Amino acid sequence: MTKKHSKLVTGNQAAVLGALAGGAEAMFGYPITPATEILQGWIEKAQSDKSLHFLQTEDETSAGFAVCGALLNGTKAFTASAGPGHVLMQDPVSMAENVRLPFVGIMMQRGGPSTGTVNFSQQEVNLASFGGNGEGLRIVYSASTVQEMYDLSAKIFNTAWKYMFPTFLLGDGYIGKMESEIGLTKKVNPISSKKLLREQKTPTHLKNCYSSEEELAEILKENIYEWNKNKSVIAESEKYRTEDAKEIIVAHGLVASAAKEAVDMMRNHGRKIGLFRAITVHPLDTLPLSNLAKKVKRIHLIEASQNQFSRIVKYELYGETTDIVEHSKPAEGFSPSEIIDLIRD
Amino acid sequence: MDQIMPTSWYAKSKPHFFCGGCGHGITLKQLGYAIDDLKIQEDIVFGIDIGCSLLAWDFFACDTIQTHHGRTTPVMVGYKMTKPSKIALAYMGDGGGYAIGLQSLLHAAFRNDPITAILVNNENYAMTGGQMAPTTESGVKTTTSPNGKPIEFGPGFKGPETVRGVANKDAYVARASVSNPVVLRNTLKKAIETQAEKNNFSFVEILSVCPTNWKTSAKESLERVKDMEKYYPLGEI
Repeated sequence: MTKKHSKLVTGNQAAVLGALAGGAEAMFGYPITPATEILQGWIEKAQSDKSLHFLQTEDETSAGFAVCGALLNGTKAFTASAGPGHVLMQDPVSMAENVRLPFVGIMMQRGGPSTGTVNFSQQEVNLASFGGNGEGLRIVYSASTVQEMYDLSAKIFNTAWKYMFPTFLLGDGYIGKMESEIGLTKKVNPISSKKLLREQKTPTHLKNCYSSEEELAEILKENIYEWNKNKSVIAESEKYRTEDAKEIIVAHGLVASAAKEAVDMMRNHGRKIGLFRAITVHPLDTLPLSNLAKKVKRIHLIEASQNQFSRIVKYELYGETTDIVEHSKPAEGFSPSEIIDLIRD
Repeated sequence: MDQIMPTSWYAKSKPHFFCGGCGHGITLKQLGYAIDDLKIQEDIVFGIDIGCSLLAWDFFACDTIQTHHGRTTPVMVGYKMTKPSKIALAYMGDGGGYAIGLQSLLHAAFRNDPITAILVNNENYAMTGGQMAPTTESGVKTTTSPNGKPIEFGPGFKGPETVRGVANKDAYVARASVSNPVVLRNTLKKAIETQAEKNNFSFVEILSVCPTNWKTSAKESLERVKDMEKYYPLGEI
């Protein structure tokens, strides 16, 4: 029997509970809609649990670098932000990517460069996956339900500390503020962390400055090798009613939730359609998607950004001849009926 | 009698890569002696900035992290919060501390975060070739103030005085100079003790020399730093 949380929680509250279940010990952040409740929720928990660290920093850059500082001590630290705050964090995340720090960020996406558009968005896929002056060696999950805000907020700490790449969870304002009853039984066994400044007789000297391009290239070669070796194990997806599908929708996050409902509605009318939901948008779970692409006549790519996710998918599906139709609505949500109208034969 | 090389230095990385006559060498030597005097080498975590200071990434036989420009302060704040038994030193230049990283420095002082920030002021961005810094005094020529720093860009930025304005009353804030290594060593010791024994924020600015970008001889460099001391008062602020 699934034990339920005693009350309804929002996606942002679920993120805090998930982070705790995942072994998080410290949070550094700066208030920003629609992620603020994660910082507030964490600080509230820290009032009764004195082992939890927190600091509301002077800006997001400092929040990100303070996360890096805590990680060096082997502390499972994270931040939560959105939009322009996520932009400012590219500086510390670039450092984390290069020095292989297990940076964890929960990013509640928002559209536009400033403010006001804080409900629907999938416009931080590029930023989370490829931001900064690195090679995009970041793991990016996308939550499609409040339950998943909990499950994945717990999981990202294990992922980050296992593979030592920056790891993000994407949501948006809608999922962050949406309330739902969540189950807390999914077992999370937090893996142990390690001190990155090792406190041993031989000193640890960590740097990300190099004397030559060749010296950096050697480091990158190693990091890219690790990424390529692990990416198919890291990547996750869900296939929904795809067994006999003649066409599939490919989506992630909240859009995928609407698409799932649309699939059920269309199935009720006899349309053989399924859904491929990317749980990680980067790296993409390419093999099962390629296998599906070989079987179906058409792929409908639906997302709340102008082809940010689609570019990843199309790159990974290079060589497949299946017809791909892109449906993009930057910074706007999709309802199931709207999806049905969009992809009507 | 001091050893020629402080025990806390990492011998394998010597000779170091700072330019001949650079004030970083003098500063880091006194910092090494301060660490030796206090017998705290095993307790130190050294954070360094981008700019010339990055050349110290393997300078000490202590755990060290080289961060990004202006970001050493928040890295050390995050580290120290989760590892209070360590002594966190944030080492930076005047560009890193007073331009891009000023916000972090001021807020660390304001919150009284128990770290020690050490800032080397040579009145220019030296690693990038001698550009105007906040600390460059009026009228001084740099590669981005070729006719002398215009008056409308303000006088040299007085960092310790600014930090003092927001810092907790128990924080230790001081300015020293490479012209007097003994005082410099004692100032650094007092700053470290402020963190280690009293759990308060401390900040030391060190007036330094940059013969490469100043294009000065050893004698001229010393004369110029003595001139700086007339504008930038030494001692506890």
